[in-house]
Amino acid sequence: MSAPTPVAAERPVNQPPTSEKVRRHDEGTGKLAAILLSPTMLVLGLVVLFPIISALRESLYQPGGVDPETGFVTEGDTFVGLDNYTAIFTGDTADRFWNAFYNTTFFTVTCVVLETILGVAMALVMHKAFRGRAVVRASILVPWAIPTVVSALLWKWIFQADGAANAIIGRQVLWSTEGWQSVASVIIADTWKTAPFIGLLVLAGLQTIPNEVYEAAKVDGASVFQQFRMITLPLVKPALLVAVLFRMLDTLRIFDLPFVLVGPHKDSVETLSMLAYDEAFNTRYGPAAAYATVLFIYVAVVAFAFVKLLGADVIGDAAVRKPKKKKKGDSAPPGVGAAGLGGLTAGGGV
Amino acid sequence: MATTIRAEAGPLRRYAPLLGVALIVLYCLLPFYWMMVSAFRRPSDQFDNSIIPRPFSFDNIKDVFKEGTGFGRGLANSLLVAGTVTILTLVIGLVAAYTLARLDFRGKNLVLAIIITTSMFPGISLIVPLLKLFIDIKWINTYQAMIVPSLSFALPLAVWTLTSFFRQMPRELEQAAMVDGCTPAQAFRKVILPLAAPGVFTTAIITFIAAWNEFLIALTMVQVKEKQTANVIISQFTGAAGRDQPFGSQMAAGVIVTIPLVIAVLLFQRRIVAGLTAGGVK
Repeated sequence: MSAPTPVAAERPVNQPPTSEKVRRHDEGTGKLAAILLSPTMLVLGLVVLFPIISALRESLYQPGGVDPETGFVTEGDTFVGLDNYTAIFTGDTADRFWNAFYNTTFFTVTCVVLETILGVAMALVMHKAFRGRAVVRASILVPWAIPTVVSALLWKWIFQADGAANAIIGRQVLWSTEGWQSVASVIIADTWKTAPFIGLLVLAGLQTIPNEVYEAAKVDGASVFQQFRMITLPLVKPALLVAVLFRMLDTLRIFDLPFVLVGPHKDSVETLSMLAYDEAFNTRYGPAAAYATVLFIYVAVVAFAFVKLLGADVIGDAAVRKPKKKKKGDSAPPGVGAAGLGGLTAGGGV
Repeated sequence: MATTIRAEAGPLRRYAPLLGVALIVLYCLLPFYWMMVSAFRRPSDQFDNSIIPRPFSFDNIKDVFKEGTGFGRGLANSLLVAGTVTILTLVIGLVAAYTLARLDFRGKNLVLAIIITTSMFPGISLIVPLLKLFIDIKWINTYQAMIVPSLSFALPLAVWTLTSFFRQMPRELEQAAMVDGCTPAQAFRKVILPLAAPGVFTTAIITFIAAWNEFLIALTMVQVKEKQTANVIISQFTGAAGRDQPFGSQMAAGVIVTIPLVIAVLLFQRRIVAGLTAGGVK
């Protein structure tokens, strides 16, 4: 549940020297912190922790029906144990679940890969550009600021039978019908909205790389591609990993876009969130909670695996406020930078 | 240094980044431009694919506000819900963010991890149980049924962004204030808070945009038109025209919902980018 915790524990708290003084005369700091943090933690407990736990409980119940033994209609919910879960994986609705599971996974992998490639490309272009920076920064925020629902309607309009997309490609594709075309429309719309956001985060990472590193590499005769692979990638890896992680978790819960762009009850684009919503909408809270819990576990596993395997340092930015210094130190000889920053694997490097 | 090196390079080297920038701008703005164009067409030539609306018309915009669409009310509802979420979040999150940025206590990283983790939870796994709870306590079709669940994503976002902002402020500020006789609380209120105003303001914008764009909670918790937010209303537009999906008025409504955000983005782009990248969170 608290996936990023291990990373937090590994990392020594790198506080400025003044903290020693503060610690000495503030014996009750822990107590004070607890008091000051309590409103936030209380609210998060109420709106996050409590629902998660009651979803777990809820997923073990089913709405009352006719009791098979007595013949009476039972009031309230009946405890059914893990029936809702076994129904998900093996019952009549198993096909629908696996389809939604596949769609969710497919969307996540495809969108995140596309968005990462496009986002990194955008960041590299913006980093090289000296003119028009303000314009590009403003325009890159526009897709981010547009509500997902509005962007879904916008793309639905573009993907109309006699809309702009068909006019451009000169063919009559019925985008909103079942099949690859509706999947493609969702992927295109999602990529449009979020690739610039990844670009923004990666650009911030790029800007922390000191120029001397590149100059040293040039002196050593590194080609442009070598510079990208050996310096840029490893050094933006921390920023990139966090961006990718957040995009993945966001796409795993994707709902608005397929729901509005294509519509509910479409096998091609139904995701786990849509499935759970549909069950809840039809007042089948037990199964809905079970779907929601499965999605929750899926998200948690992905987040945990991502943090563990790739070493995405999610809280690093806030925990250690000296990224520049650290990066400089780590990457002083440019070739060594490929070893990766704080990562457990050299995913971006050699 | 690098600037001069690049400036001396050939025309391709010089103009390639500019071309790239132009491509990015087109990529980001073209679909949005298409929405504007479609909004200002006459409903009768809605399916015209010309690049500029000719003749220019406000009919779609007028249609959006026609009686029975509930769009005006929806805008007010959106403003109310997103505004309340933003204010609540800032009030609750400000103290927590300052604590996380300044106090050194055991388990700080754990608290940070918990806060960041809560923002990763899929909305639907919170909404299903909350829906049932709200039915029981008769909260369905109320504003608080939209506001309270929205805190689940807004609060971590705000705390995270604010913490990054507070961290960027030198500790010497409070120390100087305390040397001058301020209590820590006074130092926070009289020195830090005014200086942190830009960061707080940025966080407010980011939180407001996130809350304004929320859809799933509003869709689930409210079924009556008078309480629905603009996003839900637009998605369920039947329009005046009838059977066909009223794309013209939907685009017009989309423009109306988006324009305030785009203006805010244009005005405060530098700060928003700073806030987004400092938090590293959407």
